[in-house]
Amino acid sequence: MKAKKDWLNSDYKEASSKFPERKYPFRNLSDIEPDPIYTQDDLEDFDVENELSYPGEYPYTRGVQKTMYRGRLWTMRMFAGLGTAEQTNQRFKKLLAAGQTGLSTAFDLPTLMGYDSDHEFSRGEVGKCGVAVSSLADMEILFDGIDPETVTTSMTINSPANAIWAMYLAMAEKKGAELSKVGGTIQNDILKEFIAQKEYIFPPEPSVKLVIDTFEWGPKNVPRWNFISVSGYHIREAGSTAVQELAFTLADGIHYVRSALERGLDIDEFAPRISFFFNVHNDFFEEIAKFRAARRIWARQMREVYGAKNPKSWMLRTHAQTAGVSLTAQQPLLNIARVAIQGLAGVLGGTNSLHTDSYDEALSLPTEEAAKIALRTQQVIAYETGVSSVIDPLAGSYYLENLTDEMERQCLVYFEQIDALGGVEKAIDVGFFAREIGDASYQQQREIDSKERIIVGVNDFVDDTAKIPIQEIDKSVEIIQAKRLSEVKANRNEAAVKSALEALRLASVNGNNTMPAFMACAHAYASLGEQMDVLRQVYGIYEEPVLI
Amino acid sequence: MTEKKIRILVAKPGLDGHDRGAKVIARALRDAGMEVIYTGLRQTSEMIINTAIQEDVDAIGLSILSGAHMHYFPEIMQALKERKAEDILVFGGGIVPDEDITSLKEIGVGEIFTPGASSQEIIEYLKETIRKED
Repeated sequence: MKAKKDWLNSDYKEASSKFPERKYPFRNLSDIEPDPIYTQDDLEDFDVENELSYPGEYPYTRGVQKTMYRGRLWTMRMFAGLGTAEQTNQRFKKLLAAGQTGLSTAFDLPTLMGYDSDHEFSRGEVGKCGVAVSSLADMEILFDGIDPETVTTSMTINSPANAIWAMYLAMAEKKGAELSKVGGTIQNDILKEFIAQKEYIFPPEPSVKLVIDTFEWGPKNVPRWNFISVSGYHIREAGSTAVQELAFTLADGIHYVRSALERGLDIDEFAPRISFFFNVHNDFFEEIAKFRAARRIWARQMREVYGAKNPKSWMLRTHAQTAGVSLTAQQPLLNIARVAIQGLAGVLGGTNSLHTDSYDEALSLPTEEAAKIALRTQQVIAYETGVSSVIDPLAGSYYLENLTDEMERQCLVYFEQIDALGGVEKAIDVGFFAREIGDASYQQQREIDSKERIIVGVNDFVDDTAKIPIQEIDKSVEIIQAKRLSEVKANRNEAAVKSALEALRLASVNGNNTMPAFMACAHAYASLGEQMDVLRQVYGIYEEPVLI
Repeated sequence: MTEKKIRILVAKPGLDGHDRGAKVIARALRDAGMEVIYTGLRQTSEMIINTAIQEDVDAIGLSILSGAHMHYFPEIMQALKERKAEDILVFGGGIVPDEDITSLKEIGVGEIFTPGASSQEIIEYLKETIRKED
C-alpha cells in the first residue's frame, strides 16, 4: 500500500486540482490544521500500552472505570437554580422525577460574590441567574424532601465555597444524615475565577489558602465529597481554545496539588477526591480528544511528577457541560441539535457526568420544558444510539489518536510557559491568561464576522427567528429573600453567631483551618454576607487590572 | 477639520463577571477606529455615568449577562436624565429577551444586541446613529 505522504502528493493532489477543496477553515478551534486524511502511517510509533492501555488502567486514556458505561451510565446532572429556594426545590424535584440522577445547584450572583440578598449590591440580581442562599434557612428549604445520603449534589460556588459547603453539611446533619455517607461536589476552583469567570472576592493567595483548607478537612470529615471541581468550562466560555482550556485547567489542578503538598498533606489522601469539569464545544473530534488527553496528562503528572501511589490519585474524573457560548439567540431551536452533538462528544470522550444546555439559554434561564428536552437529549444518547455499548469506541482511530497526542503535546508547552512565568498565581498577576484568552476570543469573533467560520442561523442560513417561551423571574424574589433573612436574624441566638464569627476571624488571622469555624457559623445561622465580611476584613478584596 | 473620532464607553454594571463579549466588542470598536474606554468589572450605575461624563463619550455600551438588565438600564437612563446627559446614546448586549428589549427601547435605550450579533452590525449601528445625531 502507498505511504500516506505519497498518496497525498500524488492521488490527492491530482484529484484536488480537478475538484478543489472547499473554502472552509479546516483547522479546528485550537488552530490545529488537520491533514486531509490520517492513516496507519500516523500511528507508526504509537505505543498502545503506554498511550492507551485498558479502561480503568493507567494512564486512563480510555476512561477511569473498567466497565465504563456498560456498568453504569454517566450521571445526568442538570444545572438548575432560579429565584427563591422554594422555586429551585420544586425544579429539583421535577428533574429527579424526570429521571435525573444527581443535582447541580446554580446560585445567584450575590451569593456567588458573598453578599446577602438584602445588600445594596444585590439589588436587581437576587435570584436572577440562580438561587439565592443567604443562610442555613435557605439551604434547608432548597433541599427540603431530598435525602443527602442518597442524592449527590453539586454546587457551583467558588469564593464563598467553604461557607456554602458548611451550610449544606449543616443542613444534612440537621436531617440526621451522617457526613461520612454524604456525597457531592463543590466547585471551589478559585484560580479559574481569576483567569476567566471573575467571581473572586479575596486576592489569589488567601483564596487558594481557603481552598486548601477543604483539601485538608474534607477527606477526614466528608470522605465521599469532591471538595473541588477544577474547571475549564468557564475558561472556554471566556473565549479560550480547547488546548488553552485543557492546559490552563490542568495547570490550576497542579497548582492546588503543589499548595496542598506545601501544607504537608499526603497526596494520596486528597488527590482521589479532586474532580474536574470541562466544556464540550462544537468541534467534535477535538472535544473527544481533549477528554482523553486530559486523563492521560493528569495521570502522568500525578504519578510521575508528584509521586502519587494510590491509583485513585491518578484518575481524572470529570463532569462536562455543553458550550453555553455556542448557543445562539437566532433560530434557537437549532441549539437542540448543537447540544445533542456536543453531548455525544462528551460521552465519546468518556465523561463521568454531563449537563446538556437548554435551547433557550441564549435568551434567558431555561424554562422547565427546555430543561426537560435537554435532559431527554442525554437519554436519547444513552438509550438509543448504542454509543454506550462499547468502551472508548474511537480508540485507535488514526485521526483521533493523533489529535489526542497533539493536544497533550501543546498542553505541555503551556505548562512550561506558565512555569517559566513563576506558576499560575504569577501568570495571573502579569495578565498572561487574560491576554491568551482575549486574543483567542477576538480571533474567533473575527472569523465569524468575516464569515470565514459559519455559524448556522447567525452569519449564514439566516431566517426569521421564531418566538420561544421565556423563563421569567418574579420581581418579588428580592423581597421574599430579604424578609426571610430578617426573620432568621430575629430568631437566632446572637451570642452563638458572634462567637462563631469570632472563631472564623481568629482562624483566618492565625492561618488555621477555617472549616470548623465555617461549620459553627452555618449551624448558628450566621448569614453568608456576615461570614464573608469577616474575611473581607482580614484578607482584603481583589480588583483585577483593566485590560482589553 | 479632521473628523472627530467616535468615543465609546464599554461598561460592565453590577456583579456579573462575564466579560468575553465586552472585551471582544471593545477591541472590535477600537479596530474600527473608535476611541474605546472599558470600565472593567463591578461598576455601579453612578460610576459608569461619572466616567461617561468625564470622558465625554458619545455612547455607553452596557454588557449584562446576569439577567439584571431591567434593573441597570432604567437606572442609568434615569441618572442620565438627572445629570442632563441624555445626549449620550445608551446601547447594550447580553442575554436579554425580546419583550425586555421592547420595553427598554421605550425608555430610550438605542439598541440591544443578543448572542450571535456580529461586530460589524454593532459598528455600523454606532456609526449611523451617532453620525445622525451630530
